[in-house]
Amino acid sequence: MDLTAAARRLPGGRSAVVLVGGTIGTAFRAALEAAFPAQPGGWPWATFLINLSGAFLLGLLLETLSRRGPDVGVRQYLRLGVGTGVMGGYTTYSTFAVETVRLLEHGAVLAALGYAVASVLLGLAGALGGMLLAGRLVRRATP
Amino acid sequence: MIAFLVALAGGLGAVARFHSDAAIARLHNLRMPVGTLTINTAGSVLLGLLTGWLTFKAGAPDWVSVAGTGFCGGFTTFSTACVEGVRLLRAGRPVASLVHAAGGLLAGLLAAGLGLWLMSL
Repeated sequence: MDLTAAARRLPGGRSAVVLVGGTIGTAFRAALEAAFPAQPGGWPWATFLINLSGAFLLGLLLETLSRRGPDVGVRQYLRLGVGTGVMGGYTTYSTFAVETVRLLEHGAVLAALGYAVASVLLGLAGALGGMLLAGRLVRRATP
Repeated sequence: MIAFLVALAGGLGAVARFHSDAAIARLHNLRMPVGTLTINTAGSVLLGLLTGWLTFKAGAPDWVSVAGTGFCGGFTTFSTACVEGVRLLRAGRPVASLVHAAGGLLAGLLAAGLGLWLMSL
């Protein structure tokens, strides 16, 4: 992995992979939000599914990486680029929070409560599911 | 062009999150991961202000989606908050996990509401 070795020597190599990953993740989220915009007072499906899928994928990624060995070299760059960058940019807390408050403003109190609680609980379940799946699929590297 | 700027602003938001999280971790010695929660709360105030700007002030200028969908979206993260909550659970700390999840939610909603309300004044 010459590319990774080169990136490691550069100052700001870590920031660079987070930047590239975050740009890619945000592009995906923005495209999905534009294709499936939330209706006023309606359930914000795009953000909901983005956040749940991202929580699952991040759990899967981080557990896989930690099973493969210590957080150095290629593994650290994958964690920062794909985890902190792509998954961090893909999922969003601020849009989730503003959408919930807007549902409240529309008087859709039950939908707001449901959206908030379902996102948090299913997000936790998704992250746990991703970790457990990695635990079954990925063999622990022998030190 | 706007789509590219939105994506790039998201990348810059992610870099800001990466460095803020590290800086916050150096500032405290709590047994709770508060970096992501702090970042999510700050980003929610900012997105509340921007959304309020769109609602109560004029038009829908492109820089609002660059700053909102792009920067705020990339700065805040849902996936890391979930993974941190699950890690607390798996470390045998269910109360800490509940405080983390519920506290993060409450702080985020209050922050977004505050931002929206300030723009309505």
